[in-house]
Amino acid sequence: MNAAPLRVLIVDDEAPARSRMRDLLADIGDTLPVAVVAEVATGREALEAAEAGDINVVLLDVRMPGMDGVEVAQHLQQLERPPAVIFTTAYDAYAIRAFELHAVDYLLKPIRAARLQEALTRAAGTLTPRAGVLRELQQAPRTCLSAAERGRVHLIPVIDILYLRAELKYVTVRTAEREHLIEESLTRLEQEFAERFVRVHRNCLVSRAAIRGFERIGAEAGEGGWQVLLAGLEERIPVSRRQQHIVRELAR
Amino acid sequence: MALSINHNAHTGALPDFRNLGILLRILLIVNGAVLLAALLQVQYLRDWPRQITGNAALVEPLLILSLLVLAALGRALQRLPYAVGAAVVLAIEAGLTAVLHYASHWLLMVDPASLTRWLVVVLLVTVMLLAYFDLRGRALSPALAEARLQALQARIRPHFLFNSINAVLSLVRQQPRRAEAALEDMAGLFRALMADNRELAPLSDEIELCRQYLDLEQLRLGDRLQIEWHIDKMPGDALVPPLALQPLLENAVYHGIEPSETPGVVSINIYAVRDRLHVVLRNPYRVTGAHHGGNKMAVGNIRERLQLHFDVAAELTTRVGDNLYEVRMSMPYVKAKR
Repeated sequence: MNAAPLRVLIVDDEAPARSRMRDLLADIGDTLPVAVVAEVATGREALEAAEAGDINVVLLDVRMPGMDGVEVAQHLQQLERPPAVIFTTAYDAYAIRAFELHAVDYLLKPIRAARLQEALTRAAGTLTPRAGVLRELQQAPRTCLSAAERGRVHLIPVIDILYLRAELKYVTVRTAEREHLIEESLTRLEQEFAERFVRVHRNCLVSRAAIRGFERIGAEAGEGGWQVLLAGLEERIPVSRRQQHIVRELAR
Repeated sequence: MALSINHNAHTGALPDFRNLGILLRILLIVNGAVLLAALLQVQYLRDWPRQITGNAALVEPLLILSLLVLAALGRALQRLPYAVGAAVVLAIEAGLTAVLHYASHWLLMVDPASLTRWLVVVLLVTVMLLAYFDLRGRALSPALAEARLQALQARIRPHFLFNSINAVLSLVRQQPRRAEAALEDMAGLFRALMADNRELAPLSDEIELCRQYLDLEQLRLGDRLQIEWHIDKMPGDALVPPLALQPLLENAVYHGIEPSETPGVVSINIYAVRDRLHVVLRNPYRVTGAHHGGNKMAVGNIRERLQLHFDVAAELTTRVGDNLYEVRMSMPYVKAKR
C-alpha cells in the first residue's frame, strides 16, 4: 500500500548504538522499507534534523547528556507535524515502568530486529505520545522551553529566562533579547522549576538569579507596594500584596 | 579455600592481637572500667581524679605488659584451636598477674590487694573481653558473606551490562576482531565479579581488571572518556580487597563522564608512602546533574570491606569540589607473598 519508505531519525549519544541501529534497519529493509534521514548524537541536533527533514519516526535514546530523550520528545511536539517517537533504553527501571504505565512505545537495548519492525509498523500509523504523558515521564526539570514559530521549534534555555508571565491563553517567556509565547500552564512551570523561579505575583514567576533588587512604589498613595528589578531589563515587575514576604526573604 | 557462603560462619578464632583496632578496643574498655570503678570508690567527686591515678598505677603495668605479650604471640595464638587459645590467654594473664604482684611486693615494697582477689578480677575481665571479641566476630562474619553478595549485586550495573553487549553487537559485523577483544574483556570482568572475593588480592590484578573495564567503556563512549594513569610508583605487589577500585571507576564514568556533553578526564593516582598505600581517583562532576542514587552504595560497600580487612587502619574519604569528585583511599601496604 504505502510504497514510500518510512523516514527515520536515529538519536543516540553512543556511536556503536547508532551503528547497530542502522544495521538493524538495513536488515528489516526487505519487509519494511526504511530511509535513515539522519543520525545524531544530541537532543539539539535531533530537533534541528527533525525541522529540516520530513521525519516519520524518531528512534530516541532516553539517557543522553544535556537534553534527555523525554525532553527532546516534548520539544518535538511543537513541530507542525510531530513525528512518532520510539524510545530506546538499555536499562532504566524508572523509565521502563513509566513507559509501561502510559503505553508509550519503547525498545530495550540490545534491540531485536523483530521488535524493531513491530514498533516501526505500529508507529507508522500513530501519533506521538500525548504532552501530558511526556510530562509525567519527565524526571528532572527540562533544560529548555520550546516555542513553535513558523513551523520551527525555537528552544529557549531555561537559564536565559528572566520571567514567565501568564497571559490569557499563553505564557510569555521573557529573555534579555525578546519575548516568546508558549502554551503551558504557569502552575506547572512553577512546580517544574521551583528551584529557579519564584512567584512574585499571581500571574508572574521571576528568575531568582536575575533579581537585582526591589523598589518601593506608590508610597505617596499610601500603598507601599514593591516591584522587582531584573538584570538587563528596563521593565519592573510588581510584587503582589500576597507575595510581599518574598521581598524580605530575597532582599538579604 | 573454596568455602561456600554457608560455611563462612564464625570460625571461633581468637582476636588478632596485632591488630590496632583490637588493641585500641581492649585499652578503651579496661581504662573505661578503671574510670568507673574509681567513681564508685570515692566519696566526693573532687577525689575522683586522684582515685583514677591510683587505680591506673595498679592496672596499667599489667595491661601494657599483657598487650605486648599477646601481640608478640599473636600469630601463634591464632593458629591454636579456640578453646586451647583462650586457655593459653587466661594462663598468660594469670602468670603476668602473679609476676607483677610479687614484683611490686619485693621491688616496690607496696602491697596491693591479695593475689587471689587480683587473679579473680583479672581472669574475669579477660573472660569478659574474650566473650566480647567472640560475639563481635560472630556479628561481623556474616557481614563478610553479605558483603560478598552485595559486591555481586552492586557491581554489575545492569545499565553497563546491556550497553556493553549492545556495543559489542555493533562491532560484530564491521570489526570482528575488536568484538572478540571486547568479549574477552567482558569475560575477564565477569569472572572477577563472580569469583570468591573474600581474600586480599594483588593490586596488579585489580589494575588489569580496571583496564579491561575501561576498554569496554571506551568502546561505547569513545573520545568522551579520557583516562590518566599515574601509577609509575605503584607497588603492584600490594594486597588490596578485590574490586576495591573497579566499582569506583564505574561510578566515575557513570556520574562524571556519561552525563556530560563535553569530554572528561578520569585520573587514577596510586602510590605507596612508607608502609601505606594511597589511591586517589578524580572525575569531573556537576552537582546539577539529574543523576540519582547508586553512588553511595558502592562507596559504602568498599568502605565496609576495607574495614573488614584492615579495621581502623584503612580509610576511604570522598570530596566534592569545583566540578570535581574525588575519592581517597589509604590502607596498610601489605606485600603479596610470591
